[in-house]
Amino acid sequence: MTEKVTKTSPALILLAWAIVGIPWLWGFSQTLQKAAALFQ
Amino acid sequence: MPSFFDRSSQIAKPGFSRWLVPPAALAIHLCIGQAYAFSVFKLPMTKLIGVTASAPDDWKQSELGWIFSIAIVFLGLSAAVFGRWVESGGPRRAMFVAACCFGGGFLVAALGVQLHNIWIVYLGYGVLGGIGLGIGYISPVSTLIKWFPDRPGMATGMAIMGFGGGAMIASPLSLMLMKFYATPQSVGVTQTFVTMGAIYFLVMMFGVFLVRLPADGWKPDGFVPRAVAGTMITVGNVSVDQAFKTRQFWQLWLVLCMNVTAGIGILETASPMIQEMFPGHVTAAAAGGFVGLLSIFNMAGRFVWSSTSDYIGRRNTYMIFFTLGILLYASIPSIGHMGSVPLFVAVCVILLSMYGGGFATIPAYLKDVFGTMHVGAIHGRLLTAWSVAGVLGPVLVNYIRDYQLAQGVAKPDAYNVTMYLMAVLLMVGFVSNWFMKPVDTRHLYQGEPLKA
Repeated sequence: MTEKVTKTSPALILLAWAIVGIPWLWGFSQTLQKAAALFQ
Repeated sequence: MPSFFDRSSQIAKPGFSRWLVPPAALAIHLCIGQAYAFSVFKLPMTKLIGVTASAPDDWKQSELGWIFSIAIVFLGLSAAVFGRWVESGGPRRAMFVAACCFGGGFLVAALGVQLHNIWIVYLGYGVLGGIGLGIGYISPVSTLIKWFPDRPGMATGMAIMGFGGGAMIASPLSLMLMKFYATPQSVGVTQTFVTMGAIYFLVMMFGVFLVRLPADGWKPDGFVPRAVAGTMITVGNVSVDQAFKTRQFWQLWLVLCMNVTAGIGILETASPMIQEMFPGHVTAAAAGGFVGLLSIFNMAGRFVWSSTSDYIGRRNTYMIFFTLGILLYASIPSIGHMGSVPLFVAVCVILLSMYGGGFATIPAYLKDVFGTMHVGAIHGRLLTAWSVAGVLGPVLVNYIRDYQLAQGVAKPDAYNVTMYLMAVLLMVGFVSNWFMKPVDTRHLYQGEPLKA
């Protein structure tokens, strides 16, 4: 008897990446704005 | 019935996507990377009593500087001491303990701030938080290497890039929270610590629930492991205790220590250095922008260099770091004399990308040399090099600069000796890496792989 294989849903992968990616992008954009002062 | 934290409960079921593991690792590293942004609390914590200005009983900057130093020392110590425990229990248990220590460290530190007792803050953020940092830092590394045997550099680079990115979130978040909680009677540090401790605990728990270990013998589709050893890649495994006795471990320890010490040379003094080397050309705001730019390259270098190392090899990657690093550090005094700010910035961002790259490439280098069996535990012991560099780098930079100024050297030239010294340190790392050889087969573990 073989075990039933349930593939991870792509939506779950996307959600997991969004949970860590959104705060990261926010922090990155904040740093980028700060860094822009060097070129002004 | 196995408990949630048993190793057997952490094994992924067939069909589980390995692409869920990097977000789990990032959930940990993005949180603990907050340590790099701790300096945003330094000024407010010198005004806990006076609020608008420092009162006589307020803490001094020199007392507060120890909080970060203690945390980094305990990071290295805990990674070294608990490495085997992390390997044997699997990533879930380790991540949970890391979440409790790191989140709890904030809460204890908040109590210390509320009672205005610096020793409680040292114990909370420094000791407890530092242990959370150390266990959290190594907890996903060997798991990622097992899930991505085809691209171990890229996989660990992704997680360790998160550590660099953590400061980018923590810095503005801390400032926003302190502003939100500030009242005429308080600078809002206590409440900010409590809030951040709770947030970090919850985000790290997301990683705890998400992480899985691959089943024994699992391989990605189409992946064929090397049948014979490459120039540096072993086909066997070396146990953590045996690795500690090899020349290769100490060579890699030196490689990491020199690379980190040199990088800290720039990180530690970035803002005053650019202002003093180019007087009248760089404002304080622009210097802050320079620090931000360095953070971005420090973070990006972790992913780019470690991914590149999957194609060009780890030893070659470090040869680039050291060769290019020596040339660039040695060129900084001349660039200062030329007065070229853009060239100085370009050199510094490349150096910082290699600083980050050094951190991110080392786990895959360890995997190549010692195999995957105890790579997390070996990585933990190697991180003591970071603790040493964390103390050595700033001490060297600050002491030499102050000595130069005391000798009457002009401020723009006060960093020249430091930069040449950093180039010398990189030469030591170059030699250590140059003589890197595969481990002798007598060190290889014979028998069934041990969990740790």
